[in-house]
Amino acid sequence: MKEVHVPMIGAWDAWRRESRRLMDMGVPPEAVLWRFDDEETVFRALLEPPDTLKEPAGRQLLVPRAFLTLAETVICHSQPSRFSRLYRVLARLQKNRNLLQLPTDQDVHALRSMEKAVRRDAHKMKAFVRFRELEARPGQRRRFGAWFEPSHHVVERVAPFFARRFADMDWVIATPGVTVTYNDGALAFERTSDVPRYGEDMTEALWKTYFSSIFNPARLKLQAMTSEMPKKYWRNLPEAELIPDLTRKALKREAQMLNAPPSSMPRWAEIMKARAIDMRSQTDDAEAPPHSMEAGRHAVHECRRCPLHECATQAVFGEGPAPARLMLVGEQPGDEEDLAGRPFVGPAGRLLADIASEAGLDRSQCYVTNAVKHFKFQPRGKRRIHQRPNTQEIQRCRWWLDFELDKVRPQLVVALGATAARALTGDGRAIRERSGKIEKRVDNIPVLITIHPSAILRTPDRQAAIELRSALRRDLERAAAFLCQSQEMRSHAAIKGS
Amino acid sequence: MSAKTLTEKLAVLADAAKYDASCASSGTTRRHSTPQGGLGSTEGSGICHAYAPDGRCISLLKILMTNFCVYDCVYCVNRVSSNVERARFTPEEVVWLTIEFYRRNYIEGLFLSSGIIRSPDDTMSDMIRIARDLRQKQNFRGYIHLKTIPNASAALVEEAGLYADRLSINIELPSDRSLESYAPEKKPAAIRRSMADLRIKMEEHGEPTLRTKRKKRFVPAGQSTQMIIGADGSSDHRILQRSAGLYSGYGLRRVYYSAFSPIPDASAKLPLLKPPLMREHRLYQADWLLRFYGFGVDEILQGAPQGMLDIRMDPKLAWALRNRHLFPVDVNRADRSMLLRVPGFGSRTVSRVLQARRRMTLRYGDLLRIGARMNLAKPFVVVPDWLPSKLIEDSNLEARFLGQPKQMDLFA
Repeated sequence: MKEVHVPMIGAWDAWRRESRRLMDMGVPPEAVLWRFDDEETVFRALLEPPDTLKEPAGRQLLVPRAFLTLAETVICHSQPSRFSRLYRVLARLQKNRNLLQLPTDQDVHALRSMEKAVRRDAHKMKAFVRFRELEARPGQRRRFGAWFEPSHHVVERVAPFFARRFADMDWVIATPGVTVTYNDGALAFERTSDVPRYGEDMTEALWKTYFSSIFNPARLKLQAMTSEMPKKYWRNLPEAELIPDLTRKALKREAQMLNAPPSSMPRWAEIMKARAIDMRSQTDDAEAPPHSMEAGRHAVHECRRCPLHECATQAVFGEGPAPARLMLVGEQPGDEEDLAGRPFVGPAGRLLADIASEAGLDRSQCYVTNAVKHFKFQPRGKRRIHQRPNTQEIQRCRWWLDFELDKVRPQLVVALGATAARALTGDGRAIRERSGKIEKRVDNIPVLITIHPSAILRTPDRQAAIELRSALRRDLERAAAFLCQSQEMRSHAAIKGS
Repeated sequence: MSAKTLTEKLAVLADAAKYDASCASSGTTRRHSTPQGGLGSTEGSGICHAYAPDGRCISLLKILMTNFCVYDCVYCVNRVSSNVERARFTPEEVVWLTIEFYRRNYIEGLFLSSGIIRSPDDTMSDMIRIARDLRQKQNFRGYIHLKTIPNASAALVEEAGLYADRLSINIELPSDRSLESYAPEKKPAAIRRSMADLRIKMEEHGEPTLRTKRKKRFVPAGQSTQMIIGADGSSDHRILQRSAGLYSGYGLRRVYYSAFSPIPDASAKLPLLKPPLMREHRLYQADWLLRFYGFGVDEILQGAPQGMLDIRMDPKLAWALRNRHLFPVDVNRADRSMLLRVPGFGSRTVSRVLQARRRMTLRYGDLLRIGARMNLAKPFVVVPDWLPSKLIEDSNLEARFLGQPKQMDLFA
């Protein structure tokens, strides 16, 4: 049997070095006796005399990277068998490089549970170390000290975390095995000689005040607390001494709250409330007089005509000059329009702007809006999938569309897609045959029916999409021609009339 | 009224903040201090520095700047009509407390909220000042969570985003109608608009700038919100629908559910009952099913009476018992989405199963070692040495589960 010694400070480097040497010498796992620190062994009689350091045989030792991270963690565990278990897995890895991918293997499982325990302990150390301020040497950085009792040998592992976090102060964390100090940016480890006594820190009282005030006595859940903050840590947590008392009084405090009769309002509440109402009415004053486009733009946010308002972010009103000669009506705001509160700012809107300008229309001269003002969707994970508004929703929202028509008084309205066509003409037939034709509303406003630009975006077939695009462009050109014509007719009429 | 000491103020203003459930300090950028300067670090996962006897973690210094408030939200302990004791921190006091608590390793950072004094914009500006002082004067690199004040201007919210890791605005109640009747000064649409604005701003800042190709830091830990459970009559179905809508629309990291808990000097308008903690827990489980397990709201609540989750068992188990025709599942064959639907299989278990079965055939003992909770999964899975054919048809299957000792609380 070979005896190998692993020191408490620098255990990882030592184990790594020794294992490499043992593997080089071809020492099988069962022939190694690992000793941690200066612990005594009962197997002294079995040991071979310590061998002189042999030169490495030059054989390359290859291990997966995952093993190194695993081993570096497991080394910190307090279980004596960790070194031998790691060495055995190291040996087994030489035959089966995929060993670690078998979570069901006995050795791998054991290492994984040790890894988990160390990770948890390291995490708890990050959480539960409590510094007390120490007297600073004059002109020096502030100094803090803590005493902590981890379950595993995690000090070396966790110290860099504290260095990253508390770089602008000097500190020392003493544990039963190792003490780490951080002075002027340098970490140093040494064996702990005796338990340090750190004096009082005034801030601790404030912390305890916070701890007892943030606790809600109506939600007592002791098991949830102790599973995350096991009692073994309580000794070194200043706030833990409050727990028994807080727990004892919790039920009483809860009963008091439940049984107390409602009291009357404090005197100043009326004054404060009046002030709040003032604040509200100030914003109301900003509203323009009713019956204007501006008033409508405001009022639409209060719209409760259909249930869509509750899921959408906001009502999206039309945009553009009023009056305007041309009005474009889409279906409903999409995801981007809903967020931004403006119509046709999403992909379909950008496409529409492109096609319109190709057709000789200036979008900024048109009034653009939607048949339905709220976004209707189905949530799917992190996305909202567009849903068609139903007849009722279109009906309800026509109130707004009519309001806009009344203010915009267009010479021509373009209905983009079936929903708009239905809302504008009241006719729900498919738009395939109607597309490109001009229909008359009851109030005699002409409506040009065409497709919605999103139909182009939705079509997977490239050729079909190109055809749809040119169809929309043709229809918009028609709209432009119609406007020219009516312009001429109008000037004609003006000449005739004069 | 004599001036309060710092301790007295802390007692009042921490007490006033405890009804906000959020405590996360995770998911932000990695930063740390150096010997040359700065205090604090954030490294991906947050740290819970202590646990109160209510089982909730204490990660951040969660306080109100002031609990004076001009609003009159009936569910809130700080509403204007309550006789609760009032206090107000100066910005310097908040900064001092944060830094000194942080140096002693009590906290990960600050979670600052406030009652509304003067106007929403004034209040928001004061909160921004605290965050700015922490970042710029104290060189603080820890975590900052600011609560957005409803109706504060968009420009202020954007400025807050430059200093805060996370911003949140509470949706408070699951339906617009209840919010309007319980919180007359709050506008549900304005709250949603604020979330939408923040999402747009986050996306704008997320685009690399032309000059540096680097993303500017802006609310790196995203936004979250909170809903109060049990103060109004909303069903679980309604609550989860609202959550799904929020997750899909505004890229929220979390929706927190907070069981309405009795408050001192409560309003006569509300039910004074023990907080529905188990219901809150079931909602969190259902929320997880929505976000990580591929379930839809309607699926989780299909066939549920009055749209309420079964309080006696976790929603995945309830779903599986209703859909027995889909089980048992062959663990060595089934695809990821189906494995995720097996009761007792968490997402981590499923990943391990998928990894392991590439090299071997999994047996019952392997599943135990992998970490599956076989007491739950047993009737729903098939492996070569385990066939539950009779179990799944057992009409008493539900009763078997209900007879089990109460399971541990995961998301207290």
